[in-house]
Amino acid sequence: MLKIDNLQVSVADKPILKGLSLDVPAGEVHAVMGPNGAGKSTLGYTLAGRNGYEVTAGTASLNGEDLLALEPNERAAKGLFLSFQYPLEIPGVPALTFVRTALNAQRKARGEGEVSAPEFLKLVKQKAKELRIDFDMLKRPLNVGFSGGEKKRMEVLQMALLEPKLLILDETDSGLDIDALRIVSEGVNALRAPDRSMLVITHYQRLLDYIRPDKVHVLAAGRIVASGGPELALELERTGYDRYAAEAA
Amino acid sequence: MSVSQETIETVAGLEKYKHGFVTDIEQEFAPKGLNADIVRFISEKKGEPEWMLEWRLAAFERWLAMEEPTWAKVDYTPVDYQDLHYYAAPRTKAKPKSLDEIDPEILATYEKLGIPLKEQMVLAGVEGAPKYAVDAVFDSVSVVTTFREELAKSGVIFMSMSEALREHPELVKKYLGSVVPVSDNYFAALNSAVFSDGSFVYIPPGVRCPMELSTYFRINAENTGQFERTLIIADKGAYVSYLEGCTAPMRDENQLHAAVVELVALEDAEIKYSTVQNWWPGDPVTGKGGIYNFVTKRADCRGDRSKVSWTQVETGSAVTWKYPSCILKGEGSVGEFYSIAITNGRQQADTGTKMIHLGANTRSRIIAKGVSAGKSVSTYRGLVSAHPKAKGARNFTQCDSLLIGKECAAHTVPYVEARNGSAQFEHEATTTRLSEDQLFYAMQRGLSQEEAVQLLVNGFVREVLQELPMEFAVEAQKLVAISLEGSVG
Repeated sequence: MLKIDNLQVSVADKPILKGLSLDVPAGEVHAVMGPNGAGKSTLGYTLAGRNGYEVTAGTASLNGEDLLALEPNERAAKGLFLSFQYPLEIPGVPALTFVRTALNAQRKARGEGEVSAPEFLKLVKQKAKELRIDFDMLKRPLNVGFSGGEKKRMEVLQMALLEPKLLILDETDSGLDIDALRIVSEGVNALRAPDRSMLVITHYQRLLDYIRPDKVHVLAAGRIVASGGPELALELERTGYDRYAAEAA
Repeated sequence: MSVSQETIETVAGLEKYKHGFVTDIEQEFAPKGLNADIVRFISEKKGEPEWMLEWRLAAFERWLAMEEPTWAKVDYTPVDYQDLHYYAAPRTKAKPKSLDEIDPEILATYEKLGIPLKEQMVLAGVEGAPKYAVDAVFDSVSVVTTFREELAKSGVIFMSMSEALREHPELVKKYLGSVVPVSDNYFAALNSAVFSDGSFVYIPPGVRCPMELSTYFRINAENTGQFERTLIIADKGAYVSYLEGCTAPMRDENQLHAAVVELVALEDAEIKYSTVQNWWPGDPVTGKGGIYNFVTKRADCRGDRSKVSWTQVETGSAVTWKYPSCILKGEGSVGEFYSIAITNGRQQADTGTKMIHLGANTRSRIIAKGVSAGKSVSTYRGLVSAHPKAKGARNFTQCDSLLIGKECAAHTVPYVEARNGSAQFEHEATTTRLSEDQLFYAMQRGLSQEEAVQLLVNGFVREVLQELPMEFAVEAQKLVAISLEGSVG
């Protein structure tokens, strides 16, 4: 599924990722944990193709396809979804319009037909209900005036509708209270599938109580410095990142 | 299909400026240049009454004594007023009685523009659209006005200004120049002297006009100025929604368009006036050609509780100088101005509104959205004033500018004067650059850069688009998208 090999990335000429390698096989959920400034968000943005994240060496592919050669929207059409730590507000564009436009743009890029309006509405209604999103909220401009929890639920709703192959969750637990965290996690867990992989980027172990990873990697100073099972996350919670940060430096 | 999705698809299938073609027909011109004889020529061509000729000549005298205004934030090659034709008309005898008598080339032109001149056709092919009556003005003359009989049944008069001068001279005489006096400004004086045609609307007391009225202006001829004159009167308790659209061929020379629009709303009357202006903006790279759009639009809310709404979507023209205004004379009268001004390439727009509060408890609302891209310059210029008698006057103004790219500019010049203590004026203004973060977010969800820009800009202007009649909102949304093509590189 996702294969990253010796990825090196600079932001404003400053090296952030310094030879990161990672494999996430189909159907697996991997967590990437690390201290602040380790390059966690950089990893997500680089994979999604954000401007300003300059790849200086290495490769990243999704199902054998070179991701780094593609525009962000092309990566999205190939099935990459980045859930933002701080989802953007889109004034004047109703959430429904936004998601439908995105879905049809992706389908068009893949040579698939458009989803009809009634079909789309039916789908949205069902998914929104599962995520306890009030349908009227979807008629409002996307994320404008939404609470932190509402924004994250909107992200999960978009995932559910766009049905990506690779889901990257960037600090999805930030700004969530326990109830919201539970709803969001349930939504994400419902998307687990044999042909879908997830990369869960998080600072805290807490999220992993809800979204249980198959593997945990520690990212420090731009590299994966340790990998293990879910128990690694628990250990990190106890001992902190200092040891790894010191090792990596 | 969602409107924005439709926008994206439509845009994908469009050329940049699809109205830029020239219609090849035989035309009759006045000799180039401007003098009293040309004014007489125009008046005679139209078979006008003597008083109208005198009015024009007086306007011409005033114009000679005036100077072209230079205060607007626009920069253009001066117009050589002696190097223009002031009258150009398709060579036909009288006004054709039916469509069969119109030059097929002209019919084809309007068909190509999506303007329904046959009454059974619907506007722009929008299915299920309500009926629209259209007055089609081609260069200096009105070629056809549709649904006249049907409108006449409810007492609505909708015809070209030339015909109105012949058929309803008393109405024209009473109201013409009563909102925009001859000497109001340089371009208004010029227009008063040489205006050739335009639309005339009268809605009798208590009548709600049974369909949308619209005028479609087309400049075709070379080196010709278009000077149209529109006069709309809504009598007591009447209502009308009126729309104008404008396009022109792509030409290398600048063309002058100096229109005057006067609206009169009597007691409890309401006029909704919408404009979708898509004149040729000139070459996006060299800035060559394009329309000079120097227009005076003003509404007189003469009666108590009268209301006028201006809604404009300005995407075309090389240079725009235009301030649709409301004089709020009647007690409790209401003025509104909703505007989207989009500039790209080398376009320059200086536009805004004036809300003059004269009567007590008058209210006004201004929502102006400016979008600048390329190397364009856009200025919002507005005046809100409350006179001593305008007790309890209220205004709310919101001016938002969106910048796309690094070479464009946006300016906001609001003038506010309150000459009584009970007036309440609010002004909000924002200037933002199209956010990289939002663009990336939309692209991450699958939209191409172009699609993302269109979606975000349409979101930015949505508040104003919603004020347009539905069919035109769709049209305007497409225009917004087309105007911004290639604005992010």
